Amino acid sequence: MASSLAALLVLADGRFPAGGHAHSGGAEAACAAGRIHDAATLAEFCRGRLHTAGLVAAGLAAAAALGLDPAELDAAADARTPSPALRTAGRRLGRQLMRAARATWPAPELDALAAAFPRGAHQPVVLGLTARAAGLGPLDAAHVAAYESVGGPATATVRLLGLDPFEASGVLARLAPELDAVAAEAAAAARRARTEGTEALPAASSPLLEIAAEIHADWPVRLFAS
Amino acid sequence: MHLDHGVTFPHRHTHSAEPLRADGTRRALRIGLGGPVGSGKTATVAALCRALRAELSMAVVTNDIYTREDAEFLLREAVLPPERITAVETGACPHTAIRDDISANLEAVEELEEAFREHAPLDLILVESGGDNLTATFSRGLVDAQIFVIDVAGGDDIPRKGGPGVTTADLLIVNKTDLAPHVGSDLGRMARDAAEKRGELPVAFQSLRGPEGVAPVASWIRERFAAWAVR
Repeated sequence: MASSLAALLVLADGRFPAGGHAHSGGAEAACAAGRIHDAATLAEFCRGRLHTAGLVAAGLAAAAALGLDPAELDAAADARTPSPALRTAGRRLGRQLMRAARATWPAPELDALAAAFPRGAHQPVVLGLTARAAGLGPLDAAHVAAYESVGGPATATVRLLGLDPFEASGVLARLAPELDAVAAEAAAAARRARTEGTEALPAASSPLLEIAAEIHADWPVRLFAS
Repeated sequence: MHLDHGVTFPHRHTHSAEPLRADGTRRALRIGLGGPVGSGKTATVAALCRALRAELSMAVVTNDIYTREDAEFLLREAVLPPERITAVETGACPHTAIRDDISANLEAVEELEEAFREHAPLDLILVESGGDNLTATFSRGLVDAQIFVIDVAGGDDIPRKGGPGVTTADLLIVNKTDLAPHVGSDLGRMARDAAEKRGELPVAFQSLRGPEGVAPVASWIRERFAAWAVR
């Protein structure tokens, strides 16, 4: 089925009301620690997140868009997210996306997942099913997940550091070829997972992101939820 | 205080928006309080809790700019038990969380409703915005009615400047009237400007230190609740 480029734009739009604006994707912790302090360090942070958390999310989203069992994918997401704070944030964002998705592209599959996971399934799994409901394919879902993995930190850094927004957009634009490659790798893994099971999905990890997320969750004062 | 928008509770498309749930029970009335930083939103919420908690089952959602300041103020003041107060994080963008992307606030509201559903179903949830600017208003998908709080010390030209909050809120509170003589604010002028911008929508001049305190606003909320309960 040919997927709709316009539907993809609606889903990937940063203004799509799915709760992501309150999350920095680890950028708030990285800014406070001095690991992100300008456009160059933002680019490095985003590159690292894209090839770890981004790739994992893209694989899960592509697999869900392909029609793999969402409950199994949710368990696979848990297994790939060591930090309890990030698991909580992922489920919260999943539940928020679910609300927006059901209102935007009503579908029985979304209703079923919402009923099976009243506290929220992991966001990439919901994202994949949302893409499916919007008539999009696995590669599309992978692209959205990969883009979100860097778009969130870039926007957050503009707010946190007052970074020049044109520089932040430039960072994202220069990452585009890598984003495409990550999405393609994730979609290919999702196709393998159809026969080989969820072990075929990417399981890259960034220990520093996980550790920093745990520390960030304990801050008494912060701007972003994660 | 009884003049209101022609359409009292407009239709919304969010999943939890219908007044009656599938099982026939009624969800809580949701009232938003927005307005600039320092205008007295949290103090008003605290006073409303004290005035109404004996007659209504209440809860509060705060949208702090830095997470928990306002929630902690309400906890310190012990205006409600801690389980009735929830803080939402807004990613440095308080108006986004109440208008453009209301997901986190809807979740907080629904979680509160769910927590009290069995034993003390909520009648009223106050959603307090983080302090923002004059353009910040609540989505109709999040609240049933909204109150915009400004204060006399912020400048008596604010009603004249207008903006969505001053112009369209279901109730405008001009707070801290006791300070007017000290900061040279002309209450008469504020009332005339507000009436010009708002037409028949009500305005409450409030001093939480005065004898009336929050009583007029509490009465307004009682009226809204009475209208809500018969829908």
